[in-house]
Amino acid sequence: MAFHLRRDTARLLALISPSLTWLVVFFLLPLLIVFAISFGQRGPYGGIRWDLTLANYARLLDPLYLRIFARTLAISLATTGISLLIGYPMAFFIATRPRRWRNGLLILLTIPFWTNFLVRTYAWLLILRDNGLINLFWTGAVHTTIQQLAAWFPLPWWDELLRATAEPLRLFGTDGAVILGLVYGWLPDMVLPCYAAVERLDPRLVEAAQDLYANRVRAFWRVVFPLTRSGIIVGSILVFVPCVGAYVTPDLLGGARTMMIGNVIYSQFMMVRDYPFGSALSFVLMALMLMGTMIYFRLGAEEERRLA
Amino acid sequence: MPEYAVELRGVSKSFGPVVAVHDVTLAVREGEFFALLGPSGCGKTTTLRLIAGFEQPTSGEIYIAGQPQREIPPYRRPVNTVFQNYALFPHMTVYENVAFGLQMQRVPRAEIRRRVEEALEMVRLPGLEDRRPRELSGGQQQRVALARALVNRPRVLLLDEPLGALDQKLRKAMQLELKALQHRVGITFIYVTHDQEEALTMSDRIAVMNQGRVLQVGTPEEVYERPADRFVADFIGETNLLEGLVTEVQADRATVRVNGTLTLQVGATEGIATGQAVAVAIRPEKIALHSQPPGPYAIPGVVHEVVYSGADIRYLVRLTDQTLIQVRLQNMGNGSTPHFPREERVYLTWRPDAARLLTA
Ligand SMILES: Nc1ncnc2c1ncn2[C@@H]1O[C@H](COP(=O)(O)OP(=O)(O)OP(=O)(O)O)[C@@H](O)[C@H]1O
Ligand SMILES: [Mg+2]
Repeated sequence: MAFHLRRDTARLLALISPSLTWLVVFFLLPLLIVFAISFGQRGPYGGIRWDLTLANYARLLDPLYLRIFARTLAISLATTGISLLIGYPMAFFIATRPRRWRNGLLILLTIPFWTNFLVRTYAWLLILRDNGLINLFWTGAVHTTIQQLAAWFPLPWWDELLRATAEPLRLFGTDGAVILGLVYGWLPDMVLPCYAAVERLDPRLVEAAQDLYANRVRAFWRVVFPLTRSGIIVGSILVFVPCVGAYVTPDLLGGARTMMIGNVIYSQFMMVRDYPFGSALSFVLMALMLMGTMIYFRLGAEEERRLA
Repeated sequence: MPEYAVELRGVSKSFGPVVAVHDVTLAVREGEFFALLGPSGCGKTTTLRLIAGFEQPTSGEIYIAGQPQREIPPYRRPVNTVFQNYALFPHMTVYENVAFGLQMQRVPRAEIRRRVEEALEMVRLPGLEDRRPRELSGGQQQRVALARALVNRPRVLLLDEPLGALDQKLRKAMQLELKALQHRVGITFIYVTHDQEEALTMSDRIAVMNQGRVLQVGTPEEVYERPADRFVADFIGETNLLEGLVTEVQADRATVRVNGTLTLQVGATEGIATGQAVAVAIRPEKIALHSQPPGPYAIPGVVHEVVYSGADIRYLVRLTDQTLIQVRLQNMGNGSTPHFPREERVYLTWRPDAARLLTA
């Protein structure tokens, strides 16, 4: 018996060893290196001094970094929330189209992915910046229209509008621009799992709820929502995690003012060359994310298990 | 004016070019066990969905307890449905499933508990309150679906092939149980099935449907003994249909010539005229077989095939014009049922009123 058990374990090990190796080499090992470096100190010329200190972690408590952590969290949550508000109904829209349309719609959804992410984000920069597409329209067509209107119907409130449209709108370099860019970038990651969940939902369950005196709203909250929650959970993780680590979008659309933790890490490694501090930041960020994801995932897994 | 539980007046429903329900007029009486019977795709489910409010009629009007239902959404209709594959909520326990309708009607908590227990008792399923649907057998799920609907004490219960997914044995048992239950609660049942035997054994009245139309409404005896047309005769039970022409009409008797060679005497129905194309319908169990002609009216034939099927013995008899006729003799036990081997010459007889003349 024991022998069999051992042989089974050996076979299991043999089976999973390729993925295990992959995990160790490409994930655990770098993680350990980062973890080790985080206890060092930046050398005078950017090298690493192995001091074995907790100074890097103490530095994290600086309000400056705490604020950036908080902002990162807030922006990521907002992005996830907005993606959900757009993506969940979108998933319903696609799932309720005739079957032959659905694949086409899903492909349409992923078309932006065929272009490089950097290029797409840069396009948003061209749209949002002070002399970008939107502001060209705002200070151009909108401004002149109001001038015309003011000439035809002299009313007191034109003045304010004229003053407002004379200046470009402050879009670029705001949290809003970053969130917009992130939502744009990660929306499909919300839609796809939600779609999969909605697709799986038996429409007769909704009819059963209505048959049992539930109006549309109550049928949604009691039946549709709980049965599609797993999609929401997976989608939220798929959007939230890359948002927390984002640095291209806040770098391009956030300007100098909206920094996210990804940018700080980037600058620690690539500009300041303070590898130990960058490592500490990375490690804490990852630990937080892993914990959050696990708790959140647990909720979803429980739901799945109850339904399976 | 009699109060009907459900009334359909000239109801039609089209899905694009497909006419699923065609000009259906029905009146289901209060407390009745009413079956909608027909082959697959004839529009039974659609009719039920129209009554429940999941579909809107293309034309015509539906009344429930005398009230027109056109503007009324499903959640405000006094009907409940037992769905074809039960459609139990997978994320809720048995208790939560059954309590759902009462919660939606904002019934007080204590009363919900009492009524749910009562309903589970009624379908003989106590003790499983905390299970989830996937932890139940098909028969148990069926009972939960029934309890979930009945707990609301609807005016009308709509059942869409509720026993369709159960095995033969369980289905027979549930048929009797359902019938007894309906008797006890006194709720009007509209019961969809494509199983004619089920419809015959359970119903007070049956509506036979085909291709979206109702062909006949009547008691089981009426639709079996006096089918309105060829389809009903053929669909309900087994029937020999012999196509022919009326050659002579006497007071209560018509002579029909089948295939130009065979002449049959049939009790005439009203409005039969000489020269009319008709079908003679005769049930296999109403034919007697003889080895010697009992009289000049007996029809000669040859045994083509014999099938032993337990409760009865089926014969396929070839007539002189090559028509094949099914005959079913009850298996009465050793020796008392005459036995005819293949290729044996036999004579067929039946009582004049056993054969029916069908014009449609
Ligand atoms: N939503 C729909 N869209 C298009 N056609 C439909 C729709 N629902 C039903 N039909 C068509 O209407 C006809 C009747 O369907 P219905 O489901 O009422 O049949 P049924 O008698 O219940 O059959 P079964 O015994 O197989 O359940 C069928 O031809 C079906 O294809
Ligand atoms: Mg059906």
